[in-house]
Amino acid sequence: MTGERRAIGLEAVKMRKVFGGLVALDDVSLKVPAGTFHALLGENGAGKSTLVKCIMGFYKPDGGQVLVDGRQSAIANPREAAEAGIGMVYQHFTLVPSLTGAENLVVSRPRGRQIIDWKAEHAALEEFLARMPFRAPLDKPVHMLSAGEKQKLEILKQLFLDQRFIILDEPTSVLTPDEADEVLGLLRGMTKRGDVTVLMITHKFREVQAFADDLTVLRKGGYAGAGKVAETPVDAMAKMMIGDTQIRERAARVAQKDAPVTLDIAGVCADADDGRVAIDGINLKIHAGEIVGIAGVSGNGQSALVEVLSGQRPMREGQLTIKGSDFIPSRQSMAKYKVFGLPEEPLKNAAVPNMTVAENIAFRTFDQPPIATLGWWLSAGPMRKRAQELIARYRVKTPSADAPIAALSGGNVQRAVLARELSGEVDVLIVANPCFGLDFASVEEIRAQIMDQRNRGAAVLLVSEDLDEILSLSDRVAVMSEGKIAYVEEIAKTDRATIGHHMAGHGH
Amino acid sequence: MTDITSPQSASTHGIFDSDWMIRVRRGSEALAIPLAALLVSALLFSIFLLALGKSPAQFFQLVWLGGFGTAFSWSNTLLRAAPVMLTALAVAIPARLGLTMIGGEGALVLGGFTAAAIAIPLIGSGAPLFMHILMFAGALAVGAAWVGLAGALRQFRGVNETISTLLLSYIAIAIMNFFVEGALRDPADPNKPSTKALESAEMIGKLPGIDVHWGLAFAVVACVAVYILMFRTTFGFACKIAGGNARAALAQGLPVGRLVIVATLIAGACAGMAGYFEVAAVHGKANASLATGYGFTGILVAFLARQHPLAIMPVAILFGGIAAAGGIIQRRMGLPDATVLLLQGMTFVVLLASETFYGRLAIFNPKARTERT
Repeated sequence: MTGERRAIGLEAVKMRKVFGGLVALDDVSLKVPAGTFHALLGENGAGKSTLVKCIMGFYKPDGGQVLVDGRQSAIANPREAAEAGIGMVYQHFTLVPSLTGAENLVVSRPRGRQIIDWKAEHAALEEFLARMPFRAPLDKPVHMLSAGEKQKLEILKQLFLDQRFIILDEPTSVLTPDEADEVLGLLRGMTKRGDVTVLMITHKFREVQAFADDLTVLRKGGYAGAGKVAETPVDAMAKMMIGDTQIRERAARVAQKDAPVTLDIAGVCADADDGRVAIDGINLKIHAGEIVGIAGVSGNGQSALVEVLSGQRPMREGQLTIKGSDFIPSRQSMAKYKVFGLPEEPLKNAAVPNMTVAENIAFRTFDQPPIATLGWWLSAGPMRKRAQELIARYRVKTPSADAPIAALSGGNVQRAVLARELSGEVDVLIVANPCFGLDFASVEEIRAQIMDQRNRGAAVLLVSEDLDEILSLSDRVAVMSEGKIAYVEEIAKTDRATIGHHMAGHGH
Repeated sequence: MTDITSPQSASTHGIFDSDWMIRVRRGSEALAIPLAALLVSALLFSIFLLALGKSPAQFFQLVWLGGFGTAFSWSNTLLRAAPVMLTALAVAIPARLGLTMIGGEGALVLGGFTAAAIAIPLIGSGAPLFMHILMFAGALAVGAAWVGLAGALRQFRGVNETISTLLLSYIAIAIMNFFVEGALRDPADPNKPSTKALESAEMIGKLPGIDVHWGLAFAVVACVAVYILMFRTTFGFACKIAGGNARAALAQGLPVGRLVIVATLIAGACAGMAGYFEVAAVHGKANASLATGYGFTGILVAFLARQHPLAIMPVAILFGGIAAAGGIIQRRMGLPDATVLLLQGMTFVVLLASETFYGRLAIFNPKARTERT
């Protein structure tokens, strides 16, 4: 490491980018002085990603310029950005899943060596890690790491590459609150010491207030405001971000008394793909009109539990009961017992990317009248008609019901899935990280819908890595640790610290 | 709309984004890219011909003449197109489930061999209808089992379906050769080892009006039936979900394993039917001539037709014509028989390369590359 190379400042002046007839970025300027922590705020489609992709040389801007340390620089591609000391951590992981953490770091160097001396490299990595206030496992293949560990490794990679201006694209959407605070706190410390400059895309006001020095807000492709975090109250930030749009208000929690048990999970065990035990004897009863939040550090069996309940993973042992009857997650029973789900990453778990929005919305109903006649004949007309109704009702933004769902933004894919899963009667709702990577308005919409279902009497299982989400929605909270339920308590009788304690596996 | 308007929505109300226009654009993309691929492969093949000192103009003129120029060449073409339509279906049906299965050749050979073997004790028995029903059922069942086996291996054991279908094809040909050259060889046949031949009166006859056997009609009906099954029924829709995203299909409670098995059984039955007609209408017996590559041409046809059952029909006729012209090209231009195979192979490579253009050409995808935060 060169050591004498210090944080660099960056300025983008009147950046403009046009896609076809669409102005994605309209003369936006941004100034990030060396050694500061800058937050870039904005709604879905506000142009945040477009702006940083122009800075990184992924896109060729149609106007404007980038100044690095005050000098005009023509960054034509990400390699030149890396040479200028600008690195980026993307919203989606860019690590090679089959390689270990150490291998990922070593091969990420732009000028890789022909022959790698692993002994020396490992020693250098140890020395590098010793200087870092946080670690990530370097000896395991990346696909075995949790999302939090992967994100730490992504940030470590930029530091290892000695980048001095780091762009983070919603880096904490995959982290637990403690992990997020830890990682951002580290970066904050490094900016204070003048080692790096950070530009973070986010829409979490809490993080902006806790860690950032300055902020810039974009709205609808244009500049909406900027300022010092210390002088900008949250209200002002929100107003800059969303303009005068109404955010949906969440229904109040309706008290439910002596409701019967709807979903009974008894002694459920299941194995992971590699044959190890993923969940080990889960017992949980969820009552009608109750949200049970499952907290836990990612990779402690939460996703396996959701997969078992939604039929994606075979159950090795145990029994599922809904309203007193055995439940096997088949299509017939799901329809009979009205079991629905909102999974994380809907494009991966709940939608077929190259099928149209209308087709995706029909997944629950295509084998029932009016779409199906006699159970097998499919009619496209009723399918499109129903989809158009739901698109309007759930405000899914799509050019057409016939557009492939992959062309929609993340928030709108989740809205389409929401329309499909929640538009009928729901008795059991399985929810996993439903707001992963979504914008403010979509998050509120989705949480309000979940609360509505609870108030209507659905039993809701909410798995989330976002503790704030669990605290704000749940009636009871359960903590999963190493494939077991480590702790269950009513939300009124517990607090963040106690839950965090159990999440870390120190419950006993 | 009452909620936040993203920059995209500003341009989403124009006429170019109506549902109708989107479908027109998608349709023309599916037509233009394979046509362009055909054109490019014809150009590449012309360069090859020029390097040999032959005239590309004469070549394509002869393809026209030998494949489509006369009533005689048309019947030759359709005779070859019929089995290719069926083997192409054997590729297109699993493709709907996201499976790349190339085992049509094996199912055809084994289906045909089964039909011929069933016929042996019944030849000359005076009950040709009964015999043909048994032959037909046997061919379809064995073809279905052969491809269904690859489907089951894939679903329950994770065996790569492309490799297993390819290898199963070689095993199928070996099984046929084993019996045809051994236990089931007809000692009365002086030529190459074959099973006992049907009497010519027992063979399946010609369609009324043209010099092509009934297999063509069955193939056309099969293409239409598969189209209806895969595009107009809940089964086809479930297959499309499972093929597009198996995790999502499971979360919708769909029986992904059963869909895979049923679809591969149907696919194998189609190829088995092709084998039945090759025996019952063309050769009258099973021998090495069954394995003439119809199964492999079917792969090319299915890909060129974008795995669409209706598009398979014209594409199969095109390749039937090219194959039918092989003889005349050999005689008139002094080119070896394999020339036509070379053209097919070149087309396939260009076609696979052309796959990368889907969704990337601006004229068909006005806003496909729009990025969002």
